[in-house]
Amino acid sequence: MTKLLSAAELEKWRNQILAGRDASKAYIMVCAGTGCRAMESAQVASAFEEAIKDQGIANKVELKKTGCHGFCEQGPLVVIHPDKVLYTGVKPKDVSEIVSETIVNGKIVDRLLFTDPITSQKIINEYDVPFYKKQTRVLLKDNGQIDPQKIEDYVTIGGYKALGKALFEMMPEQVIAEVKHANLRGRGGAGFPAAVKWDLCRNSQGNSKYVICNADEGDPGAYQDRGMIEANPHSILEGMTIGAYAIGASQGYIYIRNEYPLAVETIRLAIQQARESGLLGEKILGSDFSFNIDIQLGAGAFVCGEETALMASIEGRIGEPTTRPPYPSDSGLWGMPTNINNVKTWAWVSHIINNGADWFSQIGTEKSKGTTIFSVVGKVNNTGLVEVPMGITLRDLIEGIGGGVPDGKKLKAVQTGGPSGGCIPESLFHLPVDYDSLREAGSIMGSGGMIVLDESSCMVDVARYFLDFCKFESCGKCTACREGVKRMYEILDYITRGYGQEGDIEQLEELADAVKAGSLCGLGQTAPNPVLTTIRYFRDEYEAHIKEKRCPAGVCKELITFEINADNCTGCMLCAKYCPEKAITGEKGSPHVIDKNKCVRCGVCADVCKFDAVDVR
Amino acid sequence: MAIDISNVDTIIARHGIEQKGLINALLEIQDVFHYLPAEALKHVSEKMNIPLVQIYQIAAFYKVFSLEPRGEHLVSVCLGTACHVRGGGLLIDQVGRVLDIGPGETSADMKFTLEAENCLGCCALGPVMVVDGKYYGNMAISKVERVLNKYMEQEVVAND
Repeated sequence: MTKLLSAAELEKWRNQILAGRDASKAYIMVCAGTGCRAMESAQVASAFEEAIKDQGIANKVELKKTGCHGFCEQGPLVVIHPDKVLYTGVKPKDVSEIVSETIVNGKIVDRLLFTDPITSQKIINEYDVPFYKKQTRVLLKDNGQIDPQKIEDYVTIGGYKALGKALFEMMPEQVIAEVKHANLRGRGGAGFPAAVKWDLCRNSQGNSKYVICNADEGDPGAYQDRGMIEANPHSILEGMTIGAYAIGASQGYIYIRNEYPLAVETIRLAIQQARESGLLGEKILGSDFSFNIDIQLGAGAFVCGEETALMASIEGRIGEPTTRPPYPSDSGLWGMPTNINNVKTWAWVSHIINNGADWFSQIGTEKSKGTTIFSVVGKVNNTGLVEVPMGITLRDLIEGIGGGVPDGKKLKAVQTGGPSGGCIPESLFHLPVDYDSLREAGSIMGSGGMIVLDESSCMVDVARYFLDFCKFESCGKCTACREGVKRMYEILDYITRGYGQEGDIEQLEELADAVKAGSLCGLGQTAPNPVLTTIRYFRDEYEAHIKEKRCPAGVCKELITFEINADNCTGCMLCAKYCPEKAITGEKGSPHVIDKNKCVRCGVCADVCKFDAVDVR
Repeated sequence: MAIDISNVDTIIARHGIEQKGLINALLEIQDVFHYLPAEALKHVSEKMNIPLVQIYQIAAFYKVFSLEPRGEHLVSVCLGTACHVRGGGLLIDQVGRVLDIGPGETSADMKFTLEAENCLGCCALGPVMVVDGKYYGNMAISKVERVLNKYMEQEVVAND
């Protein structure tokens, strides 16, 4: 690849690639994101390669391995373009039929189509599936259409056009003004206006300036940053480069979790390709602007998502947060002005430069503009990555797009914002999803994890889970966080084990105030949120645990018993086979019995039973 | 056990001797040895001119690092929120029973190490487990033995 020396050369290259493409060709898009790979999509892709060769149709069709399409529940996903025929749950053995039927004969393979769980109708085209139909996809739009390992694919969809526009048609101040006018708020969770930070950093004095992409996506239950990086890495590099130009930074860092190997590999390759094409490095696109990006891997410390800890980690130190001020815009990496934004914030930049601030601010609510990406997971039918305009109601998001709760169970709540967020009960699902409404309800938007909980989820257990998480992840610097979270965890642990006492709830509330007030960074300041919101909305569940020693959801081991329902039990012996304590006995074909003295309430029998014959009380 | 220190030199050369390269270098050293051997850390300290105590501080702070030798196969079970509400706890208990070790432990024959992870970012397919980098989504208790057997059998073949 020769380096591009001007915006005109970039345009020429774009036209060349497009002219070289055969418009009559069909494309087979196989999702190769981490989710589909876990369901063996790599083998599906290899099977397609072979089938295309075997049937001698390489001139008619091309295979593309794309990033995450979002509809992870139904993976591995295969979409045939141009008609966008969607096949779900594709196995390698299905491939030759897809090629001979759909590609060669133009027929649909019925059994691989998505079946709407509500209407039981089969749906042919991706855009007709309710999961996709009700979304507003801007950042995720191209994820299923481009090969993330090919910079050419990004260029054909208009990639790096915004960079050319910024470098040659706009002054840095104009770039900041445009982003400010759009009112792009940080997608990492706090929602601080991005351009305000950029402006502060630009106006700060320093020999060198830095920009950072925070891809340390540590919130459990959130994977949208991973999805973005694995599917469209150049959109993030382009955004960072435009931001660096606006701020006057010469070096950038992407801080990404070591736990995301595919994302690391993808972004590393993208950086190399951008450098070889003259879109990163010295004199970008022949301009006077030079900018480089390096990768720093996270090493499994949740607290490093906090900006001061993150910077310490890039410097090669332990990731302990420090007091602010000074803010990173004044004194960040190695004491120099630094600007940190989340993956999705950076990904928005090129869209805003290309389409203008007015276009962006048409989407969303008055104070929360644009779309946002959620990972809708947990007890919900259509798990996956979802992009919606700010202001959509929780009900539209969870029932409309998410398709409600599986197995006919009752929806109970949604947990947003990870360990910093809270649980919002079903009775408040009319609330719009935006920064301010969620905060008023006691939760936060966070990085975008939405964990749906049903009647079989215990809210006290969920609160205990998050405190366990924070107890483990607290860096230990502030006493209030280190000790306070531990004490709160102990109280909750006692409650879930049947040792709760009158006054525990009040003590939890008191400790929560102390932990919030006495912690330096967001981890401690927000760690009590899951407890406070569950007390606020599900106090009855706490009281059932404390006063009646009962877990209404049937989750807390010490408070439940397992019993086999003789009417449902077929005597298949599966539970007896898996019971680690050999506590289940019975003849084949007749109902089994659990010996309560031997049972350790591990729950294995209920999990393996296919006939719903294990009752939890 | 003596280790081949030349690997460490190659890694340091790639990341430079400035402190900012330290964590990336330690990650690569761990990739090679499955843990951070004391000899390797001493070598890093000398080459990069960073006090050994500071290197141990880093190795102890970041969870991904292990100062103890680990098994041939690393089994990670996700306990992120989405996996937790879909039975991640049951899954890790079952994996522990099959391997006869608890989270954070290595089997006596040095074949397996079991780790609990706070989120592996594969939330839509919970509960999830990862063996040597390969993801297994929508795991069920009844599938655990079958998946792990593959890795146990591999050794039998290798030892033949």
